[in-house]
Amino acid sequence: MLSRLRSRRFAAYWMVLPLFVMIIGLVAYPFVYSIYLSLENREETKFVGLKNYKRLLGYGTFWLVAGNSFRFALTAVFFKATLGLILALTLNNLPLGGQRFWRGVCLIPWVMPLAMSSLGWWWIFEPSHSALNWVLVQLGGTPKPWLSDPFWARFSTILTNIWYGTPFFMIMYLAGLKSIPESLYEAAQIDGARAFQCFRYVTLPMLRRLITISLMFSTIVTFANFDIVRILTQGGPRYTTHLFGTYAFSIGIESNNLPLGSAIALFMFPVLGVAAFFILRNIARGEE
Amino acid sequence: MIRSLAQQKKTRVRLSYLVLVPFLVFFLFPLYWMLITSFKPDEEIASLKGIPLVIQSKPTLAHYKMIFFETRFLIWFKNSFIIAGVVTVITLIISIPAAYAISRLRFFGSRYFGVGVFCTYLVPPALLFIPFYKVVGMLGLLNTKWCLLFLYPTLTVPFCTWILIGYFAAIPRALDEAAFVDGATYVQMLTKVFLPVAAPGLIAAILFAFTVSWHQFLYPLAYVYREKEMMLTNGIYRALIRGDVYFWGELMGGALLGSIPLVVLFAFLMDYYIAGLTRGAIK
Repeated sequence: MLSRLRSRRFAAYWMVLPLFVMIIGLVAYPFVYSIYLSLENREETKFVGLKNYKRLLGYGTFWLVAGNSFRFALTAVFFKATLGLILALTLNNLPLGGQRFWRGVCLIPWVMPLAMSSLGWWWIFEPSHSALNWVLVQLGGTPKPWLSDPFWARFSTILTNIWYGTPFFMIMYLAGLKSIPESLYEAAQIDGARAFQCFRYVTLPMLRRLITISLMFSTIVTFANFDIVRILTQGGPRYTTHLFGTYAFSIGIESNNLPLGSAIALFMFPVLGVAAFFILRNIARGEE
Repeated sequence: MIRSLAQQKKTRVRLSYLVLVPFLVFFLFPLYWMLITSFKPDEEIASLKGIPLVIQSKPTLAHYKMIFFETRFLIWFKNSFIIAGVVTVITLIISIPAAYAISRLRFFGSRYFGVGVFCTYLVPPALLFIPFYKVVGMLGLLNTKWCLLFLYPTLTVPFCTWILIGYFAAIPRALDEAAFVDGATYVQMLTKVFLPVAAPGLIAAILFAFTVSWHQFLYPLAYVYREKEMMLTNGIYRALIRGDVYFWGELMGGALLGSIPLVVLFAFLMDYYIAGLTRGAIK
């Protein structure tokens, strides 16, 4: 019996070894290395302590980028979550056959590579030859400088992100709606609850955990988004759409200042950490 | 009363379709716009006359001809396919045994290990791409597609392991015990009992790994600059935008062609993906 237990433990260690090596070698080590790198000078010859961080905190541009990242993530996540909920409730009303089909169609923005669909949006936002301004003019509006004015450039990047991420919320909520037992609604109806009350007192409480997980997960992904801004605006006009990820790329890779770029990227960590904490807590609750 | 209930339901369905319409317009318009642009002759794309929402002159295949014969599109397609395929295989090789061990064979620290795996899944590409630049350099793989074989698994393995842990944990223990009594080894148990029973989870993991690899844009953009080594995502972006000249027709055609494999995969296997994705969050 003891030998069997020992062989079992032995087998288990071998089985998780590749995963363990990968996490240590390609996630933990790069993370620690990234902290070390951020403490060096540009040429990576000298240890300069927190100088890079101090320098960033003194930059107006850095604060602009930080503000952009929060604005981008909070606005986009809010709209994605709301539209996703409306869409899920809508689809849930359809007969099953139609529901499956339309769910698949609505999933397309999420399935397409974001780098590819962003190219499409880039062309939609083109000011003189493209569709969006043409439609605006037909409707009696004035053409907008979609990607060259700070307000509209932020609007455009956020809109593209909403387009991409709404289907994610839709599938999460739809799965959640299906997991609510019909008997709860029947009981509520017997008690005289109207449609809105059913939603408020049955649907929402039952989906609470799922909503938190989806919100936090989406916050991480949106906050760390790279593709949309990189393709639509490259951070412009004048840094007004740069996010942490794209700014770190332009400083670290394109301007060849790896230590400073590293410091920029690491500023994302606290936000990601807090969101991850809430996800883990909610998932653990589900397992109890 | 019954009649009116049925009537009510009918109105609700109609109303729902009505709400669905603006969503469909929003979701599908970019695709439609890309599609018609890819068939419009250059003069029409550049002209300001008429209605841009339809193809006004004779549709042309010129853009697709250029994509296939004058760019390296086919090489990028092949590169994306090879990398996504190999990464998927690597992912399974690492994830399956790990998920099995974590879900079944209790060992020192196995609980924390599961949590650690999930945390790794939440690390976005934008956090670690700068140290990866150095890591890739150390491995001597800068500017080749092979560096992606090391980097993509960090994005795919954690989630796939986590999906599989869920599916494996749902298999009744009586099944293992029966296999054990029959003298099955761990390997046999995994291949003869666990994998067949957890096949839906396996399909979800495969689909997830392939999709994530196909989608990735940041890593190839940061480490691969030679056109022959590029993936579809950075190839189309880098090669078809030359200075201020935009080849809109080619860009749109290429972007659509690059999305087709995933759309086809999802048309058939979407349900597995959705089940895998939502499973952990429900219960």
